[in-house]
Amino acid sequence: MTGLRSWLVRRLLLGAGQTVAVVLVVFALTEALPGDAAVALAGDQPDPGRIAAIRETMHLDRPACERLGDWAAGLLHADLGTSLTSGRPVGSAIGDAFGPTLLLAALTLVLLVPAAGGLGVLAARHEGRLADRLISSVTLAVYAVPEFAFGVLLVAVFALRLGWLPPTAVGYGGELLAHPAALMLPVLVLLSRPVCSLTRLIRAGMIDALASPYVAQARRYGIPGARIRYAHALPHALGPAAQQLARTVDWLLCGVVVVEALFVIPGLGTVLMNAVTERDVPVLQGLAVVFGCTAVVLNLGADLVTHRFVPRTGEAA
Amino acid sequence: MYDGPLHDPRFPGLRRRGFLAAAGGAAGLGALALAGCAGPSGDTAGGGGSPRRGGKLRAAFAGGGASETLDPHLAALFADAARAKALFDKLADFGADLSAEPRLAASWEPNAQLDRWTVKLRKASFHNGKPVTARDVLYSYRRIADPHKAFRAKASLEPLDLAASRAPDERTVQFALKRPTAEFPNILAAFGAYIVPDGAQDFDRAPVGSGPFRFVSFTPGRSALFRRNDTYWDGAPHLDQLEFLVANEESARLNSLLGGQVEYAHELAPTTARAHEGKGQIEIVRLRNSAMQSFAMKTDRAPFDDKRVREAFFLLADRKELVDGALSGAGEIGNDLFGKGYAYYANGLPQREQDLDRARHLLKQAGAEGLRVTLDTSAVAAGFTEAAAIFRDQAAKAGVQVKVAMGSKDSYWQDTLDAGSLCCYRSGAMPIESHFSQRLLSASTTNATQWRHKDFDALYQQAQSTKSPQDRAAVYARMQRRLYAEGGFLVWGFADWILGTARNVRGVAHRAPANTLDWARFDKVWLA
Repeated sequence: MTGLRSWLVRRLLLGAGQTVAVVLVVFALTEALPGDAAVALAGDQPDPGRIAAIRETMHLDRPACERLGDWAAGLLHADLGTSLTSGRPVGSAIGDAFGPTLLLAALTLVLLVPAAGGLGVLAARHEGRLADRLISSVTLAVYAVPEFAFGVLLVAVFALRLGWLPPTAVGYGGELLAHPAALMLPVLVLLSRPVCSLTRLIRAGMIDALASPYVAQARRYGIPGARIRYAHALPHALGPAAQQLARTVDWLLCGVVVVEALFVIPGLGTVLMNAVTERDVPVLQGLAVVFGCTAVVLNLGADLVTHRFVPRTGEAA
Repeated sequence: MYDGPLHDPRFPGLRRRGFLAAAGGAAGLGALALAGCAGPSGDTAGGGGSPRRGGKLRAAFAGGGASETLDPHLAALFADAARAKALFDKLADFGADLSAEPRLAASWEPNAQLDRWTVKLRKASFHNGKPVTARDVLYSYRRIADPHKAFRAKASLEPLDLAASRAPDERTVQFALKRPTAEFPNILAAFGAYIVPDGAQDFDRAPVGSGPFRFVSFTPGRSALFRRNDTYWDGAPHLDQLEFLVANEESARLNSLLGGQVEYAHELAPTTARAHEGKGQIEIVRLRNSAMQSFAMKTDRAPFDDKRVREAFFLLADRKELVDGALSGAGEIGNDLFGKGYAYYANGLPQREQDLDRARHLLKQAGAEGLRVTLDTSAVAAGFTEAAAIFRDQAAKAGVQVKVAMGSKDSYWQDTLDAGSLCCYRSGAMPIESHFSQRLLSASTTNATQWRHKDFDALYQQAQSTKSPQDRAAVYARMQRRLYAEGGFLVWGFADWILGTARNVRGVAHRAPANTLDWARFDKVWLA
């Protein structure tokens, strides 16, 4: 397995490089934005003296490269720096927000994989028939609805009209798990689009696999249909699905801004939004590191899965 | 006693407040707050009734995530201000007409030159049982004025000479001022000028104030839980507990109110108000005169350095159309002056109407026919972009080409402070005197209209050294007539501040512009 190991090392190095690049780009872009944290904080009282004072207390008067250097030095001791606007450690702000986002992502994933797998296989088995046409058209239709609209619709019907579920998670903050009802609508909204794309991918992969020579061969050997489908064909369809899944998890973890805003869930997306409006560069940098690392690790995992299930794809790539 | 604006015979409301405060002190003020709520137009949400003790009120505000703070001197957001008000007190605060009302200060008395003021503190104590003393007051003000810090109230406290101010005894503060300041009480009521215990620095863990509620817990960006302060000098609150929750989206605040997750939602949209007003599900409260809406013309540069052009622009605006279009009708029209309904507002001036013929004539006189100007706007405040588009169309009718330029949301205020010639402008409630001193004097740091006139400055100084409120009102009236005739602010409206409450919430003041004493004042609220 030395081949795999060197491949892993190369991938990790590449990933680290990509993360550094993301951080640099985020820093450069935030610097390029008009105004800085002092201006954002001064708001509609842009008293020049006050802005200068804020800038000084925030050390924004120091050159950009110096600030970046300080921050990078801190990073070596696993110190993500201090928020400009609150003066609190960035690490704890991100850590606090990580919990709710992780919870949402995990719940969505737990439901997503069986739902998309089942629907995809079902559609593939009934290719061209009613079940397939129904699944295909519904997934396409739901995929076309923006999350925000879908969320508003769900809230209007299930929370405000029928009163079955709470409309938001306001006030549940840290202990979301204690209020499972408040999680249902957000998870439903989060599920809505990935379930559609994943179902369609698995359906396509399954159809390909079921039509492949090796499945025909297996059939000739008289292997039962269910075993062919799940042991032989499905793994083949999982390669692309794993890649898509990695992207979905990435998207979920990197804070689904819309869902968090709509349902008042204090996760990473909320932190990101606030940090951008406040020009809170250290927080943005910290988030970039977290998002970058997450993306690298997830994609690595997806590639490993592809390696495992569809070795030829990995070799060809 | 403080005989500032309060005994002015032309402001009977003020005299009444003066009388109440003088006669009954705290009790009088409490009664007034209730009277204000139940006032002439049935002013309380869901009717009156006698206050009931108990219960927990959850209030949803837009917040700032992890940057939220309980440091009352850092408060910048409405959520911060509301929390600060629950935990802390100021020496004075603003009434509905933006005149200062005594709070921790029982009285204030100037010397003959108006540059030494003696403030007597009422008997009050912090949550840890220690009395509020003159030392605490001086510490708080010195902290705000720290030259190395950028606390928001620093500019408001600028007239104070804190090094020369003294505390002759526990409950007396002698403030020295750098110059005569007749409106000294406004300084005590300034946004963010809260009194904290001597030496207090860390406010996030266990802040100690003298306010109506005590600290229980706080998670920035999520929730702040407070409980009743039974020994509050102004009478213990009716509520057992008060929780501030953060929901940045207007739709989330509304939904949580509709779904019974909160009882009070701050900052709702006019369309929301229209959809739910009188439907019985929730109560809509409109706080009138909360935000001045205007266009700011830079008076020091072309084309607005010609006062005929400024007057022409005053005449281009159809104020009713702007209020209906840009504010969805949630507001009232302006008359090119700040502070409608506030103390010292020049009520007597005729309401300006659209007059395109006269505007064309004035522009022709000024040699500005076929004028083209750029109007800077941004989505930074509700109604800005709409107002710009509406005004562009109104101006086009008189042959003035207005080009609307969209600016960055986050740096808009700084961008438009010195640059451009015409921009959308907004202001929250403050006394008219503060509006002058912050925006219209030569030395003002946020002079968005670049209005710099020695004689205007002199009038302001004259008002500040005039003891008699009548005489001072006359000076202010003169200043406002000047601004009305040739100022740089085209004030087209005053927006309502809209909030929603659950049907069982009582005692929410209706006549309290945002940031005044009765706004977000939960010690007078109860659950029926």
